[in-house]
Amino acid sequence: MALPGKAPPSTLDEFLEGLWRQNPVFVMVLGMCPALAVTVSAVNALAMGLATAFVLVSSALLVSLIRKMVPKEVRIATYIVIIATFVTVVDYLIAAISLELYEALGAFIQLIVVNCLILGRAEAHASKHPPLPAVTNALGMGLGFAIGLFALGSVREIFGAGKLFGVSLFGPDFQPWVVMVLPPGGFFVLGAWLLLFSWWRSRKVTRSPLPVGEG
Amino acid sequence: MNQPAPAITSSTAMIGTLALVATLCGILIVSAYQGTLPAITANKRLALERAVFEVIPGAASVAEYYASAQGIRPVDEGPAPEGAVKFYAAYDAQGAFLGVAAEAAAKGYADVVRILYAYDPVRQAVTGFGVVGMRETPGIGDKIVTDPQFLKNFEALDVRLDAEMKALANAVKVVKHGTKTRAWEIDAISGATVTCKAVGRGINDSAGRLLPMLVPHLDKLNIQS
Amino acid sequence: MAPESLTQIFLGTLLANNFVLAMFLGLCPFLGVSGKLDTAAPMGAATTFVMLVASLCAYGLNWLVVEFQLEFLRLISFIVVIASAVQLVEMFMKKYSPALFRALGIFLPLITTNCAVLGVALFQTAREYNFLQSVVFAIAAGAGFTLALVLMAGLRERLNLANVPGVVQGTALSLMLAGLLSLAFMGFAGLGAGE
Repeated sequence: MALPGKAPPSTLDEFLEGLWRQNPVFVMVLGMCPALAVTVSAVNALAMGLATAFVLVSSALLVSLIRKMVPKEVRIATYIVIIATFVTVVDYLIAAISLELYEALGAFIQLIVVNCLILGRAEAHASKHPPLPAVTNALGMGLGFAIGLFALGSVREIFGAGKLFGVSLFGPDFQPWVVMVLPPGGFFVLGAWLLLFSWWRSRKVTRSPLPVGEG
Repeated sequence: MNQPAPAITSSTAMIGTLALVATLCGILIVSAYQGTLPAITANKRLALERAVFEVIPGAASVAEYYASAQGIRPVDEGPAPEGAVKFYAAYDAQGAFLGVAAEAAAKGYADVVRILYAYDPVRQAVTGFGVVGMRETPGIGDKIVTDPQFLKNFEALDVRLDAEMKALANAVKVVKHGTKTRAWEIDAISGATVTCKAVGRGINDSAGRLLPMLVPHLDKLNIQS
Repeated sequence: MAPESLTQIFLGTLLANNFVLAMFLGLCPFLGVSGKLDTAAPMGAATTFVMLVASLCAYGLNWLVVEFQLEFLRLISFIVVIASAVQLVEMFMKKYSPALFRALGIFLPLITTNCAVLGVALFQTAREYNFLQSVVFAIAAGAGFTLALVLMAGLRERLNLANVPGVVQGTALSLMLAGLLSLAFMGFAGLGAGE
């Protein structure tokens, strides 16, 4: 976030913000609703993450381009229509690329529309910045989201099926932890990742004498 | 808003903006739809062929049909008639009619289990099935596609019609593991009974609806359209 | 038509395929509002109500887009119409039943674009439910959401009294709790799947 009185953040900063400091999955825990359900395997998680990133970036671009002509009363309605458009586009794209993937993700692709992350970024960032920073920021956020989902999906696939990207890792004697690919596993793995991050950050805080800002 | 803002936006401007955005979005959606349509149709076709070829070995081409009280006809001849059931006729490389595949669905353990089963008109039996979609417990419910003893049930599961050709002569029934005695019974996997029952019930319901409409017209399928 | 009976839909959606605990829908309000029992119950009631409205809208709209072969407009029409319908209902409620509005009203704007609400609309379409099935599905989804919210609020109220290490506090702990709750709900699978 650009603080008043400070120089506007550099392009790299905009990009890194979403990728790491404000990672939507691990730091902000945003937009998990439609995403957790499909993270049973690394491929599904990556596809979902990239689809979300695509919607995030394209809607950020469009919102940023028309930001000066949209009256504030119909702002949210406009954003929702734009987001729904790109979600529909991505829905068709996935079906055209791989029907198998499309069926695995099912109605959850269309649920990207209500991912709080996208509307939140459109409203808080893209509507206030010119196209270039808006897109860079969205790209960072989108990639951060995709990486987060991938981290979830790969852990669940490794433990739940003993595989990664469908390649067996532990040989035939491995007894899969079935619970990992079932719904409780989604909650546990996300909880564990968050735990890891908050532990890592609390270590950083106690070490550095300087106050570390939020995020 | 409650107090009048200093510069209130006129309704025309609001509607104008919304209309403009909607037009833009409309163009985007329609072009995406048109652009991906051929690929999606081809993908669906491929997926269907793969699924049918899996349950009917030796098949090389597939034709989609509707069966209804008025008889059977290819799907692309217009919208589905009232009460129609979709099925797929499979042909081998020489164009000879091999059999029919149809979809069945029933509530399983976690959610609805959807399968595609093959019907052999000569033996009047279900000769195989594949799972189209299910969310059964991994390692338990999904044994229905791996358990060799369970799959043996589908070498020739009897779905003969009764004398009036109105219903199955014997309802397909799922029985406890190891108690199968008759050709129309399915020997369940112990520990995954609910999923097995869903397969049996799905086939029973689907075949019971489809076969009375299909069997009298089977000769129509002998020539590849 | 979907091959499920109304009881199967109701029990399955309420327990075995609970929207929050098995499908991860509506997680944001689930983690945000489940701190206190007093807010959890009205929030659940308001969500159920919105789901019902959304389900009815979606049923009508789906008929419309299929009739005119405009399937590619389905999603966009769903979200716009559901959001407007909820706002309309909110205005009516404010005018004709202020008591009800005070109880549920503050939650309504929060819920309008909740994933669980759109989820009801999308899943009933994907599963080809008929009118009655859709209504039962919406009510069961709402009841399931309320159940999960109330259970979670109860757990978290008890947890406030416990001594939890600082690192674990917050979302991580809520997610672990939700995981345990979800594990418990797995026991309901198979309910109503009999003959």
